[in-house]
Amino acid sequence: MERNSPAFSVATLPQKPEPVVRLRYFTRRFGVNAVIEDLDLDIAPGEFVALLGRSGSGKTTLLRTLAGLDDVASQAVTIPPARAVVFQDPRLLPWKRVWRNVMLGLKGPQPRERAIAALREVGLDHRLDAWPLTLSGGEAQRTALARALVREPQLLLLDEPFAALDALTRIRMHGLVLALWRAHRPAIMLVTHDVDEAIALADRVLVLDRGRIAAEERIVAERPRHPADGEKLRGRLLGYLGVDEAAEPSPVRPIALADRRHPSAL
Amino acid sequence: MSVTSRTDILRKLISARWVSPLLLLLLWEAGARSGVIPQHTLAAPSAVFATLLSMIASGELPSNLLVSFGRVVLGLGIGVSLGVALARVAGLSRPGEAALDSPVQVLRTLPTLALSPLFIVWFGIGETPKVALIAFGTVFPVYLNLYNGIRGVDVRLVDMARSFGLSRLDIIFNVILPGALPSLLVGLRYALSVAVLILVVAEQINATAGLGFLINNARDFMRTDIIVVCLIVYAVLGLAADFLVRVVEARALAWRPSLVEA
Repeated sequence: MERNSPAFSVATLPQKPEPVVRLRYFTRRFGVNAVIEDLDLDIAPGEFVALLGRSGSGKTTLLRTLAGLDDVASQAVTIPPARAVVFQDPRLLPWKRVWRNVMLGLKGPQPRERAIAALREVGLDHRLDAWPLTLSGGEAQRTALARALVREPQLLLLDEPFAALDALTRIRMHGLVLALWRAHRPAIMLVTHDVDEAIALADRVLVLDRGRIAAEERIVAERPRHPADGEKLRGRLLGYLGVDEAAEPSPVRPIALADRRHPSAL
Repeated sequence: MSVTSRTDILRKLISARWVSPLLLLLLWEAGARSGVIPQHTLAAPSAVFATLLSMIASGELPSNLLVSFGRVVLGLGIGVSLGVALARVAGLSRPGEAALDSPVQVLRTLPTLALSPLFIVWFGIGETPKVALIAFGTVFPVYLNLYNGIRGVDVRLVDMARSFGLSRLDIIFNVILPGALPSLLVGLRYALSVAVLILVVAEQINATAGLGFLINNARDFMRTDIIVVCLIVYAVLGLAADFLVRVVEARALAWRPSLVEA
């Protein structure tokens, strides 16, 4: 399994390693409606990308494509072989104990030991033998995280994984995801509609609107990030999403390509 | 004994659930002994009990019970395997569904027992038509429930398994079949009661052994005590079958919240 060197840092991206995800002119239609049209997307190894978008913006379709769930034959789509998804609901198999869920379909030597190690990493070593239906929401979602990480993915897809959790658990999960990301360095794409979550976690924020990338912002500030630091960026992102209270008066500001590539300090 | 403790005992007796069945039994016994209930209408409970003991001692009951039990097991075995196989094919593939589901649904509407004349013509009057009737009757409850269970498996779980790169076979054995197991067990429970029901009627077809044979013989000699013994055995058979499925359920579905002690 290919691993990034620990010295690799996302903030010093310019040397451009081979991206783990590469989409060119990606288009997805259901009937006559194009859900995604002419979308270009690169995700570098170890990069943390947040994808913002309103409902119906094509987020789910893009995620299913990157997860390899939809057939995209004859399109220019490159995704890594080692990928894992954490969904909004934990999607644990209720008839398998927690460690067996983590071990599901796991290949390679000593799957049981690896599953238990992954559960220890998310702080669930005391719930190894529990039935999934007895877990709390946070525990179930941590199990789902362990199940994804144990596969040592090059690409980790997070589909609004914290949306159903209470605010305190969500904050704790943010910390856990960042710690795991630092330890394992997968490329992460976090799908969310929570602007603050995107700002707190990601290197790069993409705004998807009507199947196109409407805006792209780079964040170079150190983590942990203070909410007040991101005020201006927060306002801009809300503006792209068409929320009125945002700093930008126009609901959707068209972004020139040169502008999109520009890193913005918070 | 003081007066209060005596009324206490009386109150307990009135509220106890086993008192009224016992009273009925005593009434039945008294009726039989006094001649209100003639022997050829219904034997006394004590006589039934004595007959039961003597039939066990002589080996008459165990040997015939074994014959009936064998018919149920064989018929169920064939019917359940066939039901599971059909439901898997129809539940797991569209072509399978197109090919199998409508014929099975048509056959399902036939009352199984109405087929007995046809089965006698086809299979004679030996063991085969009895087993075949039980097999035919038990296919459908298993098929219907398992098919429904397979189709009702959460698509999101299947998506999850696919996103982790599980093969189709892995998904069937790790996700779909375990997910359909509760439905299969419901079907199995129906099948067991159907099997006992069909057994009773099928055994009236010129049997030379089995519980039905005992009942037929007893009828000819007006031995109501033997008939009642056989009825009790049928009831026990049904209860035992239900108990068996409950035990299997408690083990196989231990993950369900109602059975989990978290």
